[in-house]
Amino acid sequence: MDQTTPTQIEHAHMLFPEGMQLECGFRLAPVRVAYRTYGTLSAARDNAIVVCHALTGDQYLAETHPLTGKPGWWSRMVGPGLPIDTDRFFVICMNVLGGCMGSTGPRDPRPDVAGEPWGTDFPPITIRDMVRAQKLVVDALGIARLFAVVGGSMGGMQVLEWAATFPDMVFAAMPIATSPFHSAQNIAFNEVSRQAIFADPDWHGGRYWEQGAVPARGLAVARMMAHITYLSEEALTRKFGRRVRRDPYDKAGSLSLFGEIFEVESYLRHQGSSFVRRFDANSYLTITRAMDYFDLGAEHDGDPSRPFHGTRTRFCIVSFTSDWLFPTSQARLLARALNRAAANVSFVEIDSDKGHDAFLLDEPDFDRTVRGFLSGAAEHARIG
Amino acid sequence: MRLDQRLIADMIRPGTRVLDIGSGDGALLDYLFRTRGCDARGIEIDMREVTRSVAHGLPVMHGDADHDLAHYPDEAFDYVVLQRTLQAVERPREVLRQMLRIGRHAIVSFPNFGHWQLRLKLLTSGRMPMTAVWHTPWYQTPNIHPCTILDFLMLCREEGYVVEQWMAVDEDGERAPWRRSIRLANLFGEQALFLLRRRGH
Repeated sequence: MDQTTPTQIEHAHMLFPEGMQLECGFRLAPVRVAYRTYGTLSAARDNAIVVCHALTGDQYLAETHPLTGKPGWWSRMVGPGLPIDTDRFFVICMNVLGGCMGSTGPRDPRPDVAGEPWGTDFPPITIRDMVRAQKLVVDALGIARLFAVVGGSMGGMQVLEWAATFPDMVFAAMPIATSPFHSAQNIAFNEVSRQAIFADPDWHGGRYWEQGAVPARGLAVARMMAHITYLSEEALTRKFGRRVRRDPYDKAGSLSLFGEIFEVESYLRHQGSSFVRRFDANSYLTITRAMDYFDLGAEHDGDPSRPFHGTRTRFCIVSFTSDWLFPTSQARLLARALNRAAANVSFVEIDSDKGHDAFLLDEPDFDRTVRGFLSGAAEHARIG
Repeated sequence: MRLDQRLIADMIRPGTRVLDIGSGDGALLDYLFRTRGCDARGIEIDMREVTRSVAHGLPVMHGDADHDLAHYPDEAFDYVVLQRTLQAVERPREVLRQMLRIGRHAIVSFPNFGHWQLRLKLLTSGRMPMTAVWHTPWYQTPNIHPCTILDFLMLCREEGYVVEQWMAVDEDGERAPWRRSIRLANLFGEQALFLLRRRGH
């Protein structure tokens, strides 16, 4: 397995020396938020869209990634003439707090102990902390109200938190393939991912940097397991079926019983090994925990509708038929919660066999939904 | 937009909050927003129609009259519209109750089972009547709760709803001339259209 340390790259960012108060009570300072923008902010500053990335995404939304050399994670959705049209909208994408692509996270030096990174001592953060860090950037850009906040999966959680925490700042919200709270099943999957990292001998109690090591095997296994949950049985069958890479009974091929026999295995191993090159294990732990904490109803007797009472935000909830990680039943809970708050809600379930990852892939009905919802909302907001 | 939808739109005051249950292609929503300045939202059971509506920028959610109205707060809307669907829901009386709980007014249209052609066909053939309006055989029809205009009026009386306006229209939505006599409307009207409110409002 690849053992190289992720390369250090200077990411465009804003630095907030005064930092911010976290939900856990800790004052994190300084706070750095790495971000990218696309398109042009209008003179009236009314055409800004924040796109929130998912667990392992980052701010490189619609351009070649400086580390992987691959296209941005949503470059098929965001760009000139695309559904999130950068000829029309000013798009901001920020690396989440706790991440490892330039925003303050566990890999950064801690202010109180010279020469040491935060590591496992990085304070626990929440989805709301991530959103508050993003708001620092939005404020600094002089944007009083966002036209829209859009995101899938954990990005969808941030969309909901934006709308709940700063209702007057969000004109339209598009939570995609997400849920009003992280389910027990999803917490369970995250826990398996974390235990895989802890079980790696290179973990060294989280102080792996002291040994010049990276818990690459644990992180790769975590990614492999998680990746299965992002797909669907149909998608795996369509892509790989039972196809074999090499004939396992071929004596000349000196292949062990547990070598890469099936194509799906080598695909997952590739997913795992390429992931550890760009991600930090402590970031993975911090962010998965933030997802686990997410529950819109937690402060409201379990009622996720209460944060939205009186909201004027227009919502568009999207789910996918084959998504079993954030199934339509959870999207429907969210839709009904927003109905209880008499919010303006659209709710679409897109027919797809691609599983949770469908929101990142080619789904023409989904593209039409994103484009149409934003156009309709722009008409109501009287912009562009 | 169908002519009967135009009649429905004429019942709705500009600038009000409207929920259209069974919004279909969204024609009424679009009309209410663009020409009346209404905050018009839809619920639709057919996912293709939902996707098409949202792709046109209309606020529509997937759902149906029987299961999704209970989640709205009281008087969330000024008007709740149910077009040509009452006869196909599981519990029509409960749906009406919900409509008049979440809305100050309910606008309901339904095909009239009291039409003379249906009466005559049942009388002469002894079989379930089939007409242009009632065109699916009994074993396939989604219309599990057909009623006549008089039946509907009786239900409104029992439930304490005030009929603010009613009209009988033909299938194309042209307003029919029998406006004075409800008995004649029940005999000659193909579709009925009612504007209701709760007593005491």
